[in-house]
Amino acid sequence: MKELFRGELVRLSAEEPETYAKADVRWQRDSEFVRLMGGELALSSEKKIKEWAEKRLEKGPQPERYPFSIRKLMDDKLIGFLSLWVDLIHSEAFVGIGIGDRDSWSKGYGTDAMKLALRYAFLELGLQRVSLTLHEYNPRALRSYEKAGFRFEGRTRKEMMREGRRTDVLWMGVLREEWLELQNGVNS
Amino acid sequence: MFDIQTQLFEGPDIRFGPIDHEKDPEIEARWTHDSDFMRMMDIAPARPLSAAMVKKQYEKLEKQMEEDKNFYYFTIRARDDDRLIGRASIHWIEWANGSGHIRLGIGAADDRGKGYGTQALRMLLRFAFAELNLFRLTAFVPEYNEAAIALMKKFGFTQEVCRRKALERDGCRWDLYVFGLLADEWQKQAKA
Repeated sequence: MKELFRGELVRLSAEEPETYAKADVRWQRDSEFVRLMGGELALSSEKKIKEWAEKRLEKGPQPERYPFSIRKLMDDKLIGFLSLWVDLIHSEAFVGIGIGDRDSWSKGYGTDAMKLALRYAFLELGLQRVSLTLHEYNPRALRSYEKAGFRFEGRTRKEMMREGRRTDVLWMGVLREEWLELQNGVNS
Repeated sequence: MFDIQTQLFEGPDIRFGPIDHEKDPEIEARWTHDSDFMRMMDIAPARPLSAAMVKKQYEKLEKQMEEDKNFYYFTIRARDDDRLIGRASIHWIEWANGSGHIRLGIGAADDRGKGYGTQALRMLLRFAFAELNLFRLTAFVPEYNEAAIALMKKFGFTQEVCRRKALERDGCRWDLYVFGLLADEWQKQAKA
């Protein structure tokens, strides 16, 4: 059996509400990070974030949502998070990822985490397809997703307005058979 | 021209109206028993609904409209006898980005192929661009919905994204297209 939660540089884990809140409250103050990710620019208190996490904890694991945090293997530092939203009917997941720790940008951690997300989606959840969207002003993410195996599928034109400029949203996807083929290539 | 005389909710054969909580549930419940219609309208699994269930849905929908402020729902009605023939909506509006998503359906098979969809979409676009001042509209259409694809193209929508094999139906995988129309593109074709 393959190791699902450990890559070459990072591992996927779950965090206690308090640990998660402490990290997130710091990351969300980095507006460049939030704008690259595409999240809402709002500042929530550590208390509020912790309460949300506790509410999720109370609800228990949801069959359509798989949240993970990302930790570096080298020093176990918490550097970001990743989440899969699963549509079981059409056997597809949308994935979102963010490396909040700026010192960990452009070092392959995100790509490694995304590879784990795909392995999990195809080998554990048994899905047919994984999808994502990104901003056109985030070329670093585009390269990372391509490396992980995603293919470009189009752009919704001028969907966002940022700093007075209209920008596109890019759409990507990877099919089960494409991903399996990539794995064969790696192994042979 | 500053045209506030031309009615927003009136077309040649159809009009937009609010939900009729007394009469509509029974008609819409009938539509949900038509699996072809349900599979064209939605990627969620088709399931028959009773009139009482539809009634509940309407209540939820009106509550959502009131609370979220990013959603507009219209019933499409025949001009001659006001009977319910379809529905049209703009949802997931992001006011900061000026974007929204549209949906449209003509419920009864007898009412399809008569141009009602064309009239309804023309009204929906005018409402979105000339009243809500949106910058762009998006529509998701499965590759097997040929009537919807033809309608999108007729109104100048661009097929922007092909989400390959994103749907599972009848034991096959199907593409899901994303169509987009920008305000200035609408303006040009509305004038023509």
